[in-house]
Amino acid sequence: MALLEVEGLEAQYGWTKVLHGLSFAVDEGGITTILGANGAGKTTTLRAVCGMVKTAGEVRFDGHRIAGRATEDIVRLGIAHVPEGRGTFMQLTVEENLRLGGYARASRGTLAGDLRRVFEYFPVLGDRQRQIAGSLSGGEQQMLAVARALMLRPRLLLLDEPSLGLAPLVVREIFRIVRTINREERVGVLLVEQNAAMALDLAAHAYLLETGRVVMSGPAETLRKDDAIRRSYLGY
Amino acid sequence: MDIFVQQVVSGLATGGIYGSLALALVMIYQATDVVNYAQGEMAMFSTYLAWTLINAGLPYWVAFAATLAIAFVGGLAIERVVIRPVENAPVLTIVIVCIGLLVILNSVAGWVYSYIQKPFPSPFPEKPIRIGNVFFGAHDLGALGVTLVVLLSLYVFFRYTTLGLAMRAAAQNPVSSRLCGIRVGWMLGVGWGLAALVGAVAGMMVAPVVFLDPNMMGGILIYAFASATLGGFTSPGGAVLGGLIVGVIENLVGTYVRFIGTELKLTVALAVILVVLVVKPSGLFGRAAVHRV
Repeated sequence: MALLEVEGLEAQYGWTKVLHGLSFAVDEGGITTILGANGAGKTTTLRAVCGMVKTAGEVRFDGHRIAGRATEDIVRLGIAHVPEGRGTFMQLTVEENLRLGGYARASRGTLAGDLRRVFEYFPVLGDRQRQIAGSLSGGEQQMLAVARALMLRPRLLLLDEPSLGLAPLVVREIFRIVRTINREERVGVLLVEQNAAMALDLAAHAYLLETGRVVMSGPAETLRKDDAIRRSYLGY
Repeated sequence: MDIFVQQVVSGLATGGIYGSLALALVMIYQATDVVNYAQGEMAMFSTYLAWTLINAGLPYWVAFAATLAIAFVGGLAIERVVIRPVENAPVLTIVIVCIGLLVILNSVAGWVYSYIQKPFPSPFPEKPIRIGNVFFGAHDLGALGVTLVVLLSLYVFFRYTTLGLAMRAAAQNPVSSRLCGIRVGWMLGVGWGLAALVGAVAGMMVAPVVFLDPNMMGGILIYAFASATLGGFTSPGGAVLGGLIVGVIENLVGTYVRFIGTELKLTVALAVILVVLVVKPSGLFGRAAVHRV
């Protein structure tokens, strides 16, 4: 059963329409990726799911309509969004950032346990618990962003270009952890990426966006073998 | 020497009041980038409410606590009802709304309570307290104590509670805060409520000294601006310390510089603002603001 179902999603900034009727889905515990060049509407798609832009169309999470609801309420349903630019609280400590990630969760009692759990995934954050988040490196901040999202104990994780501006080794590490989280905790993942090779490796389903429309979709395996995709997005 | 110590302590007492009001300004400024020009009038209005409650026969501290509660709810209501509709408007619009609020509160207070000065009771004994050879005004020491307790509680609230953390987050990064499920609008409301509460304390502590009248906070708001400018508009601790420094400077200059005396004291506050803006615009503890254009 689909955890997230999107049908005919449109979004606009001011008068400019950016998404022209997208339809896609993320399975319960599955990984879906949305590929596309700069300006194709990938980030807007994630923002639309979270109610951060004006939208039209149908968005269902776990069978319930969420289109048009406030971001705070959508997050409280268990959708964690790792935004473009990571959204770090720069002047707060690493631990405070993580506590904020868990803010909307119903039960506060397990906070200490959850902190331990994310420090197991990201030991480097455990070492820097008391540091100001603004002093972390780019890779560490990306890890913090994913860790902050995990503190919500989400059912669906939205990742916006986690590879952006990071060293290949760090990117691989982050993708490895996302895969582990997906397997061990059955968290559904919707990944938006420019790094098509890594995204297709991780995801089961893929959609290709061009100027706000889905131009191709199917199992990641199929897209990877497609000649046009290989030439334009994988570069070999 | 005795006079010096006396003046310093009394300067700290009024400085604490300036600092409280400066803190209220800074709290709202940090969350919304807006200077709330009505902060002083909100404090004045709360003090009138306290006066009404005391006159109705409530014991001082009961009236004090009730006033804090009313001020908090009032501040929150003002944010939700008056400020929220213009939340996304240009800064100048919000400034005008704040000034409108100032005029309204001032006029309503004058209409309800008249512009005639009223005495306001102090909860502390009138007899000065003697330590060594020096006499201190009991109200000065008491006001300083009350102010410090309030500031300390605020510090603990913001530093150690989840709600305090969420409020700091909402002020720093509203977008990320929403993605954490924080209701940013309400956090701003609570911020206004707390600022109004701190202002109410300042009002009740200063009223026994300056007497109660609708314009009582005018001068004090200018001192508060001087304090916040000196400490840095981006630093809550700096604003409080700035207040204490301004209070002490004001008193010492008034005592030792003959031609200033009591009449020109307010000029000292304006001189402080001017000097800070010329020498170090971000204040002692503030960070220079960087805006992406």
